[in-house]
Amino acid sequence: MEDNHQPQRGKRILVLGIGNLLWADEGFGVRAVESFDRSYIFPDSVVLMDGGTQGLLLLPHVQESTHLLIFDAVDFGQAPGTMVLRRNEEVPAYLHSGKMSLHQTGFQEVLLLSDLLGGRPPEMALVGLQPEDWDTFGGELTALARERIPAAMDLAIKVLDEWGVFATPRPNGVSENILFPRALLSSR
Amino acid sequence: MSVYETQGFRLDNSGRRVVVDPVTRIEGHLRCEVNIDSNNVIRNAVSSGTMWRGIETILKGRDPRDAWAFTQRICGVCTGVHALVSVRTVEDALGIRIPENANIIRNLMHATLYAQDHLVHFYHLHAMDWVDVPDALKADPRETSAIAQKISRWPNSSPGYFRDVQNRLKKFVESGQLGPFANGYWGNASYRLPSAVNLLAVTHYLEALDFQKDIVKIQTIFGGKNPHPNWLVGGVPCAINIDGDLAAGAPLNMERLNFVSEIIDRTIAFIDQVYIPDLIAIASFYKDWLYGSGLSGKNVLAYGEFPDRANNYHPDNLLLPRGAIVDGNLSEVHPVDLRNPEEIKEYVVHSWYRYPDETKGLHPWDGVTDPHYVLGKNAKGTPTNIQELDEEGKYSFIKAPRWNGHAMEVGPLARWIVGYVSKKSEFKEPVDDLLGKLGLPVSALFSTLGRTAARGLEASWAAHKMRYFHDRLMANIRGGDTSTANTEKWEPSTWPRECKGVGFGEAPRGALAHWIRIRQEKIDNYQAVVPTTWNASPRDPKGQIGAYEAALLNTPLSNPKEPLEILRTLHSFDPCLACSTHIMGPAGEPLHTVKVC
Repeated sequence: MEDNHQPQRGKRILVLGIGNLLWADEGFGVRAVESFDRSYIFPDSVVLMDGGTQGLLLLPHVQESTHLLIFDAVDFGQAPGTMVLRRNEEVPAYLHSGKMSLHQTGFQEVLLLSDLLGGRPPEMALVGLQPEDWDTFGGELTALARERIPAAMDLAIKVLDEWGVFATPRPNGVSENILFPRALLSSR
Repeated sequence: MSVYETQGFRLDNSGRRVVVDPVTRIEGHLRCEVNIDSNNVIRNAVSSGTMWRGIETILKGRDPRDAWAFTQRICGVCTGVHALVSVRTVEDALGIRIPENANIIRNLMHATLYAQDHLVHFYHLHAMDWVDVPDALKADPRETSAIAQKISRWPNSSPGYFRDVQNRLKKFVESGQLGPFANGYWGNASYRLPSAVNLLAVTHYLEALDFQKDIVKIQTIFGGKNPHPNWLVGGVPCAINIDGDLAAGAPLNMERLNFVSEIIDRTIAFIDQVYIPDLIAIASFYKDWLYGSGLSGKNVLAYGEFPDRANNYHPDNLLLPRGAIVDGNLSEVHPVDLRNPEEIKEYVVHSWYRYPDETKGLHPWDGVTDPHYVLGKNAKGTPTNIQELDEEGKYSFIKAPRWNGHAMEVGPLARWIVGYVSKKSEFKEPVDDLLGKLGLPVSALFSTLGRTAARGLEASWAAHKMRYFHDRLMANIRGGDTSTANTEKWEPSTWPRECKGVGFGEAPRGALAHWIRIRQEKIDNYQAVVPTTWNASPRDPKGQIGAYEAALLNTPLSNPKEPLEILRTLHSFDPCLACSTHIMGPAGEPLHTVKVC
């Protein structure tokens, strides 16, 4: 991360895009976090991550954060393209299994296990999109989902703002700061 | 309807059909259908891989030095295994020799994967087939504490510790969001553990979850990242600079190596003081549930693994044993030759591929991967929404590999049976010790429980081998040897115009080999025969069934709507498939859904 602001002491903010890029609008979360990375510069306290469909491998990253912001495609029974912002206790329920996104069975487990292991991040927010198409295996985002990425980023900026984190627009739109999940290497 | 006999089993598909099918499309490509008789005993089993892998096709025409990165993506669970076997395959084809340190680091990474993968399998993918999680709420933590202190010296064993976990679990269950525990058949009569033992197991589920993420740091240190660490044809991509400060290009220094050593100590302690005592404690309540034998007492195959010295893949140099047992003759371990065109052949008569002559099998060097998706004439449903497969036609994207014509079981149990009958004490003694503690005969090994037990013993074996290889690495470095790669034949101009090679290994879940042909610096043909190809194999032209199909036969289901027994046995193979089950009624209506892995 480029350090153009004072690091937020003690805060560890994880911005996580989850979903399957090979499955139409299921890839929304990942595409949104990629776009977020290209569009803004963040302080050192913020980590952007392509969580893909990694499930339990994300657990240590979730456990180590104080604030967790998730981009994802979620079925909450609204018109396709509708955005939703949910917070804290509401988040796991929205990531529930069933007919909603299948990978999210995995991510709800991550949040609940994080809780069972001694606490999930005190602050959580979900920026969700009601997808138009999640049946086309091998498909890319629908035009509708692509168009909603700026709206998703706006919601995310609003949440980060409330968390006292200030992003600045990135002038050239090119960045390689996004992280893929990997084993955390810090000693205990 | 048909009835026939094969390999000592009688198959009868006239009874009610139960469909076990994946829903998730992340990794889930396993489907299983069984027919049950009027007593709910499984009389026919059909195992199907429902997704096209296609890695072989992707690899054609590519640089062989890149093959590891593609093959590694075959599986994100046993991550690294395909890459390891792929670099061995290319090195075999090109005659590349690797430095001792590279061999040691590969072995250390691989043993790390064994320990982590087996641990995660036991606690997080399999334990809930034996452990009733909500029942742990009824336990008296003092009783759990007394049991824990009796079976192990693991320090986290006070009544207060277990009470704390129980309270957290209570809050969790009361919230109604059961998450990972949402799909269990809780309360099913076939759960037999006392509440106090259920609480012990749930507590260790959580401890193992917290600990396993530390084990894989070793993969990250040597391979740069996890999952899918980096590998290199000719060695390993991590340079050693013992006094360095992690500057670019030299990720291994003394601090990192000491950190690895500390993780190894904790891995050994956790497996020997938590996993193994838990395994014995749980198994002692299931001693008479010895279903799921399948092929394990008949035909097992192991390629061998962990070359002690670099560049020597002879069985004498392999720390895990190599060999084949056929027709239940435990007194003879046959040698295995992956280069012999007559030994390993893949058949596709029941697979969604096309061969010019499907009555014959093809050796992987001459393998053909030509997809041909067509359902059998008695299949129900449509090609995009199968209700019922027809096992008399093509029914799986998995080919049917055979060794000298035999369907074989692979995996930890296969390895440990070969080690046991070879009378190698490091395999025989732990098995005899375990069987003695449980009061079970050797024949009990050939079962679902035996598979689970062998995996546990092997996790401990692998944890101690991590220590062995770390010690050897440190000794080499002290002796001044910091070489980790041989790049003499890196340039394609040094390669022969045409060559072929084979590389093998043992993934945590069984025997794995890749075959390659290289022509004019590019991959001409690439074939991978993976452990789950062996175990989940469909039938061959003779109608012989694979290991999954065989292991499910003759198992009674206490309640077909709650197929706990199917889950136990399929899970005991550690399938590298996240899969879900749909249990369909006779008319195809869903009776129940459960996530399997």
